[in-house]
Amino acid sequence: MRRRLLLLALLMLGAAPARAEHPAECRVAENLVEPNFRLPKVTRALAAKHLTILVMGAGSSQLPGPNGMANAYPIRLQKALAQQLPGVEVKVTTDIKSKRTAPEMIKALPAALAAAKPALLVWQTGTVDAMLGVDPDQFSQALDKGISTAHSTGADVVLINAQYSPRTESMIALGTYVEDMRWVALQQEVPLFDRFSIMKLWGELGTFDLSSATNKLDIAERVHDCIGRLLADLVIAAAKPEETPTNGSR
Amino acid sequence: MTPVSTERDLRLDLFRGIALWLIFLDHIPSNVVNWITIRNYGFSDATEIFVFISGYTAAFVYGRAMQQHGFIVSSARVLKRAWQIYIAHVFLLAIYLAEIAYVANSFENPLFTEEMGVLDFLKNPDVTILQALLLKFKPVNMDILPLYILLLLWFPPMLWLLLRAPSLALITSATVYALMWFFEWNIPAYPNGTWIFNPFAWQLLFVFGAWCALGGAQNLSRWLRSRVLVGLAIAYLIFAFAIAMTWYFPRLAIYVPKFVGDAIYPIDKTNLDVLRIMHFLALAVITVYFVPRDWPGLTSRIFWPAIVCGQHSLETFCLGVFLSFAGHFVFTEVSNRILTQVLISVAGIAIMVAIAALISWYRQAERRGGGPRPPAARPGYAGGDV
Repeated sequence: MRRRLLLLALLMLGAAPARAEHPAECRVAENLVEPNFRLPKVTRALAAKHLTILVMGAGSSQLPGPNGMANAYPIRLQKALAQQLPGVEVKVTTDIKSKRTAPEMIKALPAALAAAKPALLVWQTGTVDAMLGVDPDQFSQALDKGISTAHSTGADVVLINAQYSPRTESMIALGTYVEDMRWVALQQEVPLFDRFSIMKLWGELGTFDLSSATNKLDIAERVHDCIGRLLADLVIAAAKPEETPTNGSR
Repeated sequence: MTPVSTERDLRLDLFRGIALWLIFLDHIPSNVVNWITIRNYGFSDATEIFVFISGYTAAFVYGRAMQQHGFIVSSARVLKRAWQIYIAHVFLLAIYLAEIAYVANSFENPLFTEEMGVLDFLKNPDVTILQALLLKFKPVNMDILPLYILLLLWFPPMLWLLLRAPSLALITSATVYALMWFFEWNIPAYPNGTWIFNPFAWQLLFVFGAWCALGGAQNLSRWLRSRVLVGLAIAYLIFAFAIAMTWYFPRLAIYVPKFVGDAIYPIDKTNLDVLRIMHFLALAVITVYFVPRDWPGLTSRIFWPAIVCGQHSLETFCLGVFLSFAGHFVFTEVSNRILTQVLISVAGIAIMVAIAALISWYRQAERRGGGPRPPAARPGYAGGDV
């Protein structure tokens, strides 16, 4: 009897979603990760045991310093995925340059997609657009165009919006751009990784001190680590083959 | 020409005062008290109220001046007012630059290297300050005064027309609004983009306010008392409220039919979306229905703080912009606990009321003959209360 119970428990563990053991500070924001749309190309790539991801982004997708690239969320995404998907070869390539707007990024996108041939494009944008006051219509159109370009080359898309940065909050009007990204993601039926709300929650709960002046990288690295892990959760949940999406899909 | 009514409508001061408080609260980012402001519960926000009432009071003050002293003199007064607002804007800009320069020198964080790029304009102050003086470079939340300046520059010919052919003036204004949508008119901004508040769009609300002041509201009064209209307004407000809830609870978004979403989004603030105008009008209809002009509450002490702020709107507005900078500064430098946020919000409004009361007291003292001005100056006309 006891053995049966143990077996049952093991089975249930196996049946439960393979949620990785993230540090508690990451898990604070777990509920804000909403895999509301499917990633069919990723599902197929996982079945073929080979997943390539292209991260296209601007300055907030990297960290300064000699290990900046290795410490930033794209490589942490790769690690988290590899950990949670044993047997799948996960490769994350990046096209990251600071001070880029969405209209600028879509110019570089076709070449980057052709070079990486990813099953998934993770596209971080919106910050520089807000700083430079790019016309919101042009911003939305660039998002639409980028998503359809990725789809036409056989890649799924996940959007990542701006960081929450308390010190510059009164100087950068992110609002319109964050909302536009939310709306475009909903219309185009692609998942949005709501980095803004996640970091805002961390800031408000004091999980991470986001307004202290420092040149140390420790907090920045932990933030990127959590972003990489939560992003991996989103990708895995949205790529799960049989289950219906948790919510939001029409 | 119908004579412009001479009695000041306290409701205007009351709601403009409240709008100024809401603008102050909305301008402090991540302020928990922002949850009470109207922009969270529908399409329009305090900006619509402020622009409409500013148009109304401008017509009220300068309309009388134009009838009594002619086009040239009253236009000169309007332009003088625009100049005062320009000076106020430049003053705020100086405070803003000081704050930004402090942050640029004291704040460093590897997580936000990209965001700190917003301070790069300090590296070439020659261009930035010149562009700011030309009203092309406008930092965040400093867009309303430049809009107000342009609206006043456009106002003398509109007022002239409003006094002669009010309907024609309103049609002209609506035509400009429609052409703006058709040809995508706006004024360029620096370093890119266009004005956040498109003057070609927002002039409609300003002129509509002026039209109401010059007899339009009286012509509409039969309609405004109609229960059908009030019912429609309430229905529209409920609809807007339901849509607004989907912004905060994205799970509700699945209940919005796709054709409704496609029809309403994006709700354009820059170009004053029709949905926003309708939302403002619905609010106005309900307000006018439930708060009559002679409502006794208007003279009660409870509403005095808002009324006194509304009566000195330029000063209160500028103070509010400054206080919102300062409030956000306290959040990031000292504490952003909820209690601090509430205290800062309440203290900010208290300071706005105190300064408005001080100005009010000073004006009255001046009027009683203590001041150097001859009595002929007629402070009520000076445009100080527009």
